[in-house]
Formats: sequence, C-alpha cells, structure tokens
Amino acid sequence: MEEAPRFPGESIKAIAKDVMYICPFTGAVSGTLTVTDYKLYFKSLEREPPFILDVNLGVISRLETIGVQSHGENSCGMEIVCKDMRNPRFAYKQEEQSKLEIFENLTKHAFPVSNNLPLFAFLYKEKFPVDGWKVYDPVAEYKRQGLPNESWTISKVNSNYELCDSYPALLVIPTSIKDEDLRRVVAFRAKHRIPVLSWIHPESQATITRCSQPLVGPSDKRCKEDEKYLQTIMDANAQSHKLTIFDARQNSVADTNKAKEGGYESESFYTNAELTFLEIPNIHVMRESLRKLKEITYPVIDEAKWLSNVDSTHWLEYIRLLLTGAVRIADKLESGKTSVVVHCSDGWDRTAQLTSLAMLMLDSYYRTIKGFEVLIEKEWISFGHRFAVRVGHGDVNHTNSERSPLFVQFIDCVWQMMRQFPAAFEFNELFLITILDHLYSCLFGTFLYNSEQERVKAELHTKTVSLWSYINSQPEEFTNPFYVNYENHVLYPVASLRHLELWVDYYVRWNPRMRPQMPVHQNLKELLVIRSELQKKVDELHREASTRSLSSSSDRGSSPSHSATPVHTTV
Amino acid sequence: MLSLGSGGGKSTKPSFVSYVTPEDMKIKEKEEGLRSKHPYLLPGEVVFCSANHVLKYTQEDASQRGVYGTLLCTNFKIAFISGESASQETAPPFRNKLLSENDIPLTCVDHIYGVSDEKKKLIIGGQVKSKYPSKLIIQCKDLRVFHFSLTYAKEEEAKKIFQGIVHHSLEPKSLKCVFAFSYCETASTSQASRKSSLTLMFETKEDWSMELGRTKGNCKVSSANEDYAISEKLPQFFVVPFAVSDDDILRFLGKGIPFWCWSHHSGCALFKMACLPTIQEDGISQKYMHRMLDAVTQDQLCPVKIEDLSSCLPALQDLQLSYNKFKQLFLIDSTTEFWVSDMKWFSSLENSGWLEIIRQCLMKAVEIVDYLESAHTSVLIVEEHCSDLCCVLSSLVQIMLDPYYRTRSGFQSLIQKEWVAGGHSFLDRCNHLYQKEKEAPAPVFLLFLECVWQLLQQHAPAFQFSETYLTVLSDSINIPLFSTFLFNSQHHRDTAMKSGHPEAQRSPLNFPSVWDWSLQFDCKAQSLFTNPLYVEKPIQDKALRKTSHQKHQRQLSLPNTLSKPSPRKGFFKEETDNLKKIFLGKRISKWLNPTESSKELYESWQRKPLDYQGLLLPYLDGPAVQVWMQRYLRWVPEAQIFGGGSITTVNRVLELASEIQDLQKEVERRSCRMNSSIAWKQVYSGPPLSARLSSFPFTATHAWSFKPAIPSSIRQGLGSVSSLADKEDDDSQGSGVL
Repeated sequence: MEEAPRFPGESIKAIAKDVMYICPFTGAVSGTLTVTDYKLYFKSLEREPPFILDVNLGVISRLETIGVQSHGENSCGMEIVCKDMRNPRFAYKQEEQSKLEIFENLTKHAFPVSNNLPLFAFLYKEKFPVDGWKVYDPVAEYKRQGLPNESWTISKVNSNYELCDSYPALLVIPTSIKDEDLRRVVAFRAKHRIPVLSWIHPESQATITRCSQPLVGPSDKRCKEDEKYLQTIMDANAQSHKLTIFDARQNSVADTNKAKEGGYESESFYTNAELTFLEIPNIHVMRESLRKLKEITYPVIDEAKWLSNVDSTHWLEYIRLLLTGAVRIADKLESGKTSVVVHCSDGWDRTAQLTSLAMLMLDSYYRTIKGFEVLIEKEWISFGHRFAVRVGHGDVNHTNSERSPLFVQFIDCVWQMMRQFPAAFEFNELFLITILDHLYSCLFGTFLYNSEQERVKAELHTKTVSLWSYINSQPEEFTNPFYVNYENHVLYPVASLRHLELWVDYYVRWNPRMRPQMPVHQNLKELLVIRSELQKKVDELHREASTRSLSSSSDRGSSPSHSATPVHTTV
Repeated sequence: MLSLGSGGGKSTKPSFVSYVTPEDMKIKEKEEGLRSKHPYLLPGEVVFCSANHVLKYTQEDASQRGVYGTLLCTNFKIAFISGESASQETAPPFRNKLLSENDIPLTCVDHIYGVSDEKKKLIIGGQVKSKYPSKLIIQCKDLRVFHFSLTYAKEEEAKKIFQGIVHHSLEPKSLKCVFAFSYCETASTSQASRKSSLTLMFETKEDWSMELGRTKGNCKVSSANEDYAISEKLPQFFVVPFAVSDDDILRFLGKGIPFWCWSHHSGCALFKMACLPTIQEDGISQKYMHRMLDAVTQDQLCPVKIEDLSSCLPALQDLQLSYNKFKQLFLIDSTTEFWVSDMKWFSSLENSGWLEIIRQCLMKAVEIVDYLESAHTSVLIVEEHCSDLCCVLSSLVQIMLDPYYRTRSGFQSLIQKEWVAGGHSFLDRCNHLYQKEKEAPAPVFLLFLECVWQLLQQHAPAFQFSETYLTVLSDSINIPLFSTFLFNSQHHRDTAMKSGHPEAQRSPLNFPSVWDWSLQFDCKAQSLFTNPLYVEKPIQDKALRKTSHQKHQRQLSLPNTLSKPSPRKGFFKEETDNLKKIFLGKRISKWLNPTESSKELYESWQRKPLDYQGLLLPYLDGPAVQVWMQRYLRWVPEAQIFGGGSITTVNRVLELASEIQDLQKEVERRSCRMNSSIAWKQVYSGPPLSARLSSFPFTATHAWSFKPAIPSSIRQGLGSVSSLADKEDDDSQGSGVL
C-alpha cells in the first residue's frame, strides 16, 4: 500500500493496519492509520473512492481511550477530541504491538511542547515564492496611515521590550509625552500596557488607542500622568473636545476588578472623558459557549430543536455584542469625530477583537487580502494576543482555563461582516477557514508564541514559514470574485440576531450533509474571463488603430483607452 | 436608547421629513391648501372618502417625525398623498405601476389597530363606530406597517375616513365589489387581454397535450368536463390514465380519479386524487379504487405508491396559526421593540413553527421525488379535495425533478397547471372577501413560494428567476386585480366574469392574469426578475436527453415482469390494502414510514457533481432552512444593511454583464471602423448603482439615514449565563497585577 503523502520535512512515525474508523456519518470503515510528526492519516480502500481522513496533530485537544462495543474484535477505542469541532473515533484490537505503538506516537507528537519536542513548524521545509514574513512592516503601515505626524510619533522606547514585554518594539505614542511621565503611566496600567495608537482617521485625525485597565484599585488611586496622557490623546484631535473610553468588560466585572488592584477610569478624574462599558463577557464564558456549540453540531444536528439549541449556546449573542461594540467604536470615530480608547482587563483579548473589527469597518485597506494580513499581524500578533496560551499549541494540558477561542470569534465576526457585505472584501470564505485551520495546525510560524519578544527569541522568522507565504503564493484561490472596492465607505454591519447566522461552512463542515454551497461564483468567474478577453481584444484593436493613425495622419491623440471600464467599480 | 453621538454632522435628514408641532399647523394648512394633490386613480377606481391633515409618521421613541397629507379610501386602495412629494433622489429606483409607495390595496390590509389614550386596540369590522381613534396603525399582508395620526384632521373627515377604511377593508363583501370588476369594465379590453405567450394557461386541450408530449406522458386528455358538465371544481380539461372512462369520472363527480401531473423520463408518473366520500358502500368504492389504481399501473407499467397528505402534514388551521405567529416577528412598531425582540429571535422563530412546516413540506416532496427517481414508482398524492397541500407538493416535486419549471415561463405554467387549473381556492384561502364563516383561510400558496425560495437560496444558479420575482409574486396575491388569485376554481372565474358584466350579451369580462407583468412593472423593473446567476442549459444537453429518452422507451417495450421483477406485486398489493383502509375511513396515521431511502438518494446525489439542469434536492438540516429575509425584513429600517446585502452580488454580475456588452460593442465598432478614432462614449444601461443597493429594489431608501443601527438592549437577556461570567477576569489570575 502506498504511503501517506507528506510535506517536506515531515516523517512517518508509525503505521498500523486494520484500524477501524467509526465515522458518525457513513458508518465504520477499516483501513490503515499512519501517524507522522505532523498528522494522523487514515485511508481505507473499502470504499470507492478510497476513504481518507487527514487530521493534523496541532488540532488535537486531547486523546481519550474509550470502550467500544458492537464492533466485533475491535474492542479498544480512541477518541480524538479536536479543537476544530470534531471528535473522530477509532477502534482496534486489543494487545497488538503495532497499535500500541501508534497511539504512543500519537500522544507524543500531538503534544510536542509537553514532550520537549519542537513544534512541526520548525521542521517544515516547504519553499514558497513569496516571503510572508515581509507582509507586515510596522513603519510602512504607520506611514500608510500618515504617521508620524505632529501629534504622534513612532517611538523606540520599547525596542528591548523592557517597558512592556507583551508589546511590540515600535509603538505610536503622543509626541509630547515626556519619558519620566511615560514611566509613571507604564506603572499605572496593568501588564504595563499603556495607551498606544492603533489607527488614525485620515480626515478627522480621531484615533483608536488601545491599552489595559488602569490600576485604580479599591482606594481609587489616581495617576496624574495617566490622566494627562489621555488628555493629550484627546487634544491630538482638534475636531472633538471629548474622549470616549470603551471598556469591553461587563460593568459588574470591572467593579470586581477594581476591588483588587484593577479598575477603570473615573469620569471625575479624567475630565472630558466618557466611559462606556460594552458588557462583553470574559474568555471563560466564550470557551464554554463554543463547547456547547460543538455539542449541538457534532456529530448530529437535532433539526427540530436547531434554533433553540443555537440560542442556548449564546455564541451568536456574543458575536452580536462584539459587532455592536465595534460598530459603536467606528461610529464614534466616523460620525462623532471623537477619539476612542479601548481596553478590557489586559488589553490583549477583547481589546484586540474590538479594535481590529472597528478598523475593518473604517478602513477599506484592511478588507484586502494583504491588508487583512497586516491587520492580524498588527492588532493580534504584534500587540501580544497570547496565541500560545489561548490555543495551547503542542500542550497536553487541555483543561488549562487560559484557553479560549477568542481569535475564532473574531474571524467569525469577520465572516458575518462578509456575509452582510458580500462585495466589500477582497478575500473569500476559504481564506478565513484557512487562517483558522492554521491557527491550530502548527504548520506555519505565524500564530506561535505569545508576544513579539518571544518570537524574536525563538528566531521564528528564520526558522519557520509564514502562513502568508502560502496564501500569497496563490492569491487567486483566496480571492472573492464579487469584490468591489468600497474605498472610503464605512461598513456598518447590522448587529441584529436576525442577520447573524451560524457559520455552517466552518463549524459544521465535517457533516457531509452540510456540503458547502456550490460556488455560485462559477458563473461570475466565467464572466470575468470573457471580460478580460474582450478587454484584451479592445486594447489590441486600440493599439492597431493608434499605430495606423500615427502613421497616416496627425491625430489629436485623444486616447480612447478610457472607454475600457475599470476593473474595480466603486460604490 | 443609547446616546449615539451623532447629534451634528452626519445626520443627513431626508428632505421630505418635516418636524412639525401642532403649533406649526396653521402655516402648514395654508401651504397645503395651495397645492392639494390629486390621487392617481386607475380606470374604474372611485374615491369613497378622504381626510386632509393626516399625519403619517414613523414610530420613533421620542421625536414625532412625520409628513402631513391626505388619507383616501377608494374602491381599490387606501392611499396617502403628501403635498411634500418625495424628491427624485429619494424615490425608489423601481416602482409598481399600479401602486405608489403609500398605497395599500384593500385586500392587502391585514390588521388595523386604533390608538386612543395611548392604548392600542385591535379594530374589528362590523361594529358601529361612533368614535374614532386618534391614531391608526395599519398592518399589511405584505408586512408593511403604517402609522397615521388623525389628531389634526377635521373631526367629520377623520370619522368618515376611519369608518370608510374599516368598512371597506375589514368587513365582508361580495365578490362583485372586488376592484377587478370595476377595473375591467372601464379599462380597454385590448389592454387586459395581452397574454404572455410562453406561459401555458392550461385552459385548452392543446396546452395539456403539449405538456403530455413534452414529458412523454402515457395518458390521455379528457374532455369529459367540458363546459363543466361534471364538476364545477374541476377544470374543463385534464389528463387521466387511458383506462379511466368518462363514466368513471362521472361516478363520484371527479373524486377518486387519478389526475396526471407529470411524467418522469423512466415512465413512472405523478398523480393526484381527491378522497372519495366516505359514505360510499365499501364494496363499490373498493372495487372502484382498484380499478383506478389498475388504470394508473397499466399505463405507466410501474408500481404505484400512495401518499396520503392528511396523515403526515399539518392541517390548514395549523398552517394559519403558525404563519400568524411567524409574521408577528416582522410587524415591528418601533426601534425599541426591534431590539427587544431581537434578543428572543431564535426562540420566537422556533416557537412559530413556520420553518418546521416548510421543512416538512420539502421533506415530503423529497420522499416523493425518491419514489419517482430511484424506485421508478409512480406516486399518487391523495388529499381531501386535492387542491391545497397537494398543490404544494406536486409543484415542488416537479421543480426538483424538471429544470423546465425552474425557468420563469415554466414556473408560471406550473402554477397555472397545479394551482389555477388544479382548483386551489385562492379566494377562500386568501380570504379576500373577509367572510369569516367560510372555509379557513390559510397561506398555502405562500407556503409553496417559501419552499421554492429555500431551493432558490440553496441552489441559486438553478433558477432563471430571482428572489425579487418571488417576493413580488407573493405581493401580487394581495392586489385584487388578477384572475389568477381571485377565484376558487376556473368555473368560479368563468361564471363570475360572465355575470359580472351588466349586459350579459356582450363578451365576458377579461381579467388580467398576474403573468401579465407589464401591468405592474416596466421593462427595467422586470429585468430584476431574472436571476443573473442562472446557469443556462448547455446546448449539448439536448442530445443527451434524447438518448436517455430512447433508453426509457426501450425499457417500456419490455414485458412488465422483466423490467420490474420483484417489488411490484407485493408493493402494489400492500399499497392497495392501505388505500382501502384509508377509504374505509380508518386512517392509520403512521403507516407511512419516512424511509431511509431518501438518505440514499441524497448520498448518491451528493456524490455526483451538482448539475443545475438535473435533479435538485433541498438541504433540510437545521441551519439550511432559513428566513426569507427579503420578503420579511424589507420594511424594517433597523434591519437594512446599507451598501450590502445579497443584492450586491446580483448587482456585481449585472454590472459585469453590461461591461461585457459594452466591450463587445467596442470590439465591433473598432473592427469595422479601423481607421477612425472617434472617442467612444460609454453607455451604462442600468439604473444608477447606488440606487440598487437596497435589499428590495421597490423600496425607497430615503426613510433611513445613513447611521448605524445600534442595539439598545445590550444588557438585557445576557443575564446569568453561568458562574463563569463572575469568574476571575481574563488573566488576572495567577500572577498578581503588576
């Protein structure tokens, strides 16, 4: 039998024959199971075409032995609980060396970090024509936004990660801030995450700044420098005499935090600032919600109770909350021309969700493939969303309460926006699903580690491949054929449950009855081809005509090439 | 309400909205007197009563914004005309020629509420109304909600208009009062008799023969009911198996006769039948039924499966109840109500049960498709009068199996065949005459459109018509003008149109058909009915089809027992036994087992690449059945997605198509005029882009300023999810802060 296909750098660790895969949709099937250092590969020739199950090890949350009845000799079983909404089950005969070996290997390579092995990204040897690590250059991105300017500077104060170990080396802070004052602010903000600029409105100069909670504590501590710092942020925007602070947390939770060191800005100390709570529950609630979602979608769907089941997970309700929060932030900037400060507790979870969603609504650049990659690199990766902890890459400890699907939730919000504005995004659904698949896979270095500092130390950029190398090498795969450049159009998704929908093509994709919708795009793609052919022909004819007119007479030279319609139409 | 920080700059107030307080009234009055507008009336339309200084407003929590104008009631509609006409810019990009934006056909009124002293009360017709409420809320069957304030109108006028509206829209009336009669007496006949040539009306023998020929059906057209000699419920012509004689048809006045609907290429066919009256003596009806079933099997040379709908689908009352609950979710009075109800969205949706009914119908249709497609078994659908759910199912089955019915003319022909000729009681089911004691109204036809919409949204490229077409069709049911929806049967129509005319000697009236779309829409608007994503039939397909038909004919020529060996006998026997039981009145509810076989059908169908010109099956699992957003949410301002929605993709394809057209022209021009280089001017044929960016192209976008909709009840409903919410926040556990 032929071997399992492998990536460059991938090696087979164990093979076992006569293993039974208990497919919840099509019934049990026997075949060969291969475990490599990257994946688990099951192939059965019992069916036509051969049945293949390919699960990368990174996606595995935990392995469990289960008792199996009613499958004859195959009395031992293993359930592979995955992070991506499925739990494949295998059954095998007891007391057989090759089987034991394969599951030992599986345990070892599914959790390399816990077994002192390198993550597969460090072994992966694929070469791509494009280098994805070059996608994000903070200076270039800030320059695109028009920074630095007279009020804001790109500071190297954190170049050694000494000021704040979870922030990137380059930070945009107010120009006028003095170093010693900055130190005070640093001390007053949780995890030293001071307010820094994420985005600036090209016209009004209103900004989105992000930070962590102030360390107010039960005794209502004040920090004059912090108050002044926020005043400076407000002053940098001449259009408004207000500053809005969005605290992503539930008001009650913020109060609890205040009782122990943390807290929020008091409107009486921070004059001209208004504080709004966005009432978004914490990471534990989100984790629980996704767990429930898995329960109702895998392996079977209860048709009659589908809607109330979806309701009971609250998943879409939280999506709604996030989108609502982001819409309010975007509206504050766009309509209110007012600068906003966004924080939660530490400013690396809900804050990242909110700022990046608001930026996606406000700035059409982030709705392109390249722009979205920059957005993720910037707001999530460089600003220290703790991917390693939240996802638990290569870690056997599945009960770790620090794990939470915050990034999945963010991508879900993007998908919801994409559904509401099917022509506003350059990328397609496959792009989002690919990102989520490699959030877990550990094939690429992109989502590994918790902070820029850790990544630099691990020499990630030289030792691993970026996900964007893969994606940008075949952009046509990930391009939305309906894309129309909305330019300066601000997108306000309707954050109503009536318009939110469960992302079936991601969460329920393992169910064959949920076959992804046939590409409606086919028709459109054909049209695009016809158009480009015609366009070519027109250009050719034009060229011919112009050479003739040049040779024959002195034409006025009015170029009719304008008649060719532009590729992207604006709205 | 949350503060929105949008006090100044952005609020682009639509120009027509005025903020008027009663104090400003005096000035207003004068102005209005100067430019009183005349209502646009159709031929035969008469104004019954009217009231000036009526305020039409949208329920906003604090501010009372609105427009003053005249409220009229005619024999066709309730209309509101404002002196302040909508400017060019804000008018809807497309309009209905019969109705303006603020017109409500009398038959489109669903409920009227009166508000007096802040109390909302349902108005019921038939009572003497000496008092009138200060505000009227009119809920329409197409889900629009109008708010009118009578506070500033003259008392006498207000009283009159209130009584007029209630009388003409909420009280029983005779068929003659339906507007179509006055319209047709006045309108020129030439205008009314235009026919869309491609739609088969199934009023003639030829139409039926053509349909039989198209599907290679092995049956005969019967003229037994010509001039309605046998039954007033049946059409004059219909198709039955060869062995069914005129006497058979006469026997029970058309009941118990298997009427042919459609033939599958394998030779099996779809039939429908009305139940025999149960009083018949057992022996007679049993023998009769045997003969009828034999007639079916003989002609088709395949076994027959009987589907009794009464045992497996909801009753009509349940349909009506469920739809009433469902519809309530979209009749929203205010922004606050919208956001409050948003929190309960999923549970209210499920409680209504409407989507579940849609699912059940589609599932039943798939079962029938399975018999025809996989088992090559004829199916006989049985229902009491075979004119309600029977129509839903037979039509759905044909849409799934035959791509012809997914074209616009095919779809219209199908509705003529199964619904109009099939004798669906449109008049009673829609309750246009408001006669309560009559048979139960039920949204049966709407249910069918809903099911088609599900198929359309799941397999867009398979349909030649668009979502907008379906929505507009569903609205047309409530316009009392089209013969299609005004009668209970063809006989009913023919007699009504004959006697409706004052001088019976002259030719009978000729009501327009709904398929005469030009009555309602101009060409540009009609272009919205075409689905740009439709994948047309490839040309080579024809040849392929031919061969498959030849094959099936060869099979037919084989002896019966050889082509269908084992299943036939037992199957048939068993079914007849079951049928006997049914007709003996002993209905066994679950004798029909929703088989595993449709699972196999799905699997084999999914294995093949999807052919949009082939078999089409709906996805039925929980998430697949969805709410028809365009129809139900189009009037709810909070639910509008500015610059988005599915219409943008349609737009994009249309745009591309026009670009290609232009380029083609350009190529032609250049290739024939190589020497000249006159600058070519781009011609954009379609309407302005931005105007199209509304989920339903027939609504004006003006009422909605460009402002994000922000939920007003964030904190509600999030109650205590679990103890997790109170758990230590994110990351402050472990390492102390700082």
